[in-house]
Amino acid sequence: MNELVQYISSYLTSDKTPGVAGNFFWATVYILLVFVGLSVAVIAMNWLERKILAHMQVRLGPMRVGPHGLLQPIADALKLLLKEDIIPAEADVTVFWIAPFIVVLAAFTVFVVVPFGPTHAITDMNIGILFMLGVSSLSVLGIVTAGWASNSHYPLIGALRSSAQMVSYEVAMGLAVVSAIMMTSLTGQGTLSMIGIVQAQLAEHQWFLFKFFPLGLIAFGIFAIAMVAETNRAPFDLPEAESELTAGFHTEYSGFRWSLFFLAEYSAMIAVSSIAVTLWMGGWLRPFPNALSGDTWDQIFSFAPAATFLFLAAMTFFNVVRMPKHPLFRIQTAGLAGFGAVLGLIGLVLLWTPARVRVEDIFWFAAKVAGFMYLYIWYRGTFPRYRFDQLMKVGWKVLLPTGLALLILTAVVGMRTELLADIQGAWRR
Amino acid sequence: MNPPVATPFFFYLLAFVMIAGGILVITRKNAVHCALALITTLLAQAGLYLMLYAPFVAGVQIILYAGGIMVLFLFVIMLISIERAEKERQFNKQWLVGIAAAAALGGLFIAVYTTTTQGRVLFPEGRMSYVETQNTQSIAMLLFDQHAGMYMFAFEIASLLLLVAIIGAVVMAKKRI
Repeated sequence: MNELVQYISSYLTSDKTPGVAGNFFWATVYILLVFVGLSVAVIAMNWLERKILAHMQVRLGPMRVGPHGLLQPIADALKLLLKEDIIPAEADVTVFWIAPFIVVLAAFTVFVVVPFGPTHAITDMNIGILFMLGVSSLSVLGIVTAGWASNSHYPLIGALRSSAQMVSYEVAMGLAVVSAIMMTSLTGQGTLSMIGIVQAQLAEHQWFLFKFFPLGLIAFGIFAIAMVAETNRAPFDLPEAESELTAGFHTEYSGFRWSLFFLAEYSAMIAVSSIAVTLWMGGWLRPFPNALSGDTWDQIFSFAPAATFLFLAAMTFFNVVRMPKHPLFRIQTAGLAGFGAVLGLIGLVLLWTPARVRVEDIFWFAAKVAGFMYLYIWYRGTFPRYRFDQLMKVGWKVLLPTGLALLILTAVVGMRTELLADIQGAWRR
Repeated sequence: MNPPVATPFFFYLLAFVMIAGGILVITRKNAVHCALALITTLLAQAGLYLMLYAPFVAGVQIILYAGGIMVLFLFVIMLISIERAEKERQFNKQWLVGIAAAAALGGLFIAVYTTTTQGRVLFPEGRMSYVETQNTQSIAMLLFDQHAGMYMFAFEIASLLLLVAIIGAVVMAKKRI
């Protein structure tokens, strides 16, 4: 018993991730935390997407279930779980059954290496970014098998489109990632580890977004386009284009199995956004960690999470006051006030010094990822869908050549001092 | 210190998955099931690379084979009519040649494993374990380092071969270029 307690508490003083330290207990705790956090994020994302899209189109969005539709995602989840699960008569039952699980597994496994902070990751791998790209590329297998196993026309066309699209954009995505990895080698030794990449940005005093301006920016742009295509989101949502293919590859899925696809889509969106944040936007680092360094600035920036939550609570209470005064709205008003109270409580807890220090890196990482999630919704509300030949043209004739040129340019700029020395040496000879 | 992951249990598990997957690939009639079994085999193989302390090779195996090539396989297979494929004869009558080839390969493996050079076997038991945190870097050194690198030429030749194959495919597929 004593040994067990010692085993558990021995990690608390460690400055490594539980996977690297080899502590199974804390690794399990972290895995559960990431799983729960991700599920909550997907639920929140569901509500936010509907709400933001509605406001972009001058609608109200969900308003009935809970105050401002806050309980709508929970009601939806209940509906999906209780719905009849239909398997088409002509479907290939085994493959039909496996396909959603492949997608979900691929979407969740990548979070093993996502660095929410220098120690807040499940593990750190020597091949971190390679692992993320590899495992997330497995999700296309699930989509393709789902479309094929349904044994129906729309899903099959959706699956064919999806496989062609994801394989094409993976190439451009890989080239952009390699150019970011090359930037890490300027510290002396390059690395593929997700934590190492962020630490390289700290050591080089610059986000890779602004490194070798405009090369880092172009690489980020290629990745930002390719990642939307990889996750099958608008304007690249041809595999599930509702005006042409009903619902694309998951037309025949219903109930719980459909909700697995939904879960996988949103967690894949979070996964690719966290790759982008880690590679180009400094991961868990707060803004200006070098320019505004020192204890005072650290103190000031560490109040940001609490300030955010308190601001959200204040906004909620402002809307509580604005609720209609009619007696029918009494419960809704109370519910909204309760929600604001929860937000305020979280904000107050984050003011407490131990929590404040530990949560800061997770907050900055999550805030950057949240920015990308908003962009996803914004794209969906703004851009019309591409035609399939246009999609292929963008992938192969624009992104791929740009990526190749970028790779060579990054190498040349990164090695310029060595190259110049070589040329001068050859000249003298 | 971390306990070693490369225990015999995992080796036998992965080997079993690989062999079972391989048998399914040749015995299933439905081509998509065969492809899925092949993917399982390739993933188990990536696991074996991990056990050999070569995470980089394992990652590349997943990206290239399971994520890239098999997707294209499935892409092509989905266009085949399954009803017709199920009526086709599945095995040809060349088992004699097959057994001979398998026996020759097995014999070669056994021969290599038991050969002694200067009194030492090629694969001694209890080899030193490599540091897996350096795998990517050591592969890069073998490829690109001025002094230790010796595989650059072979690597470039292999990529040239692939380029020839790509150009050949384009020439054969397009009538007018």
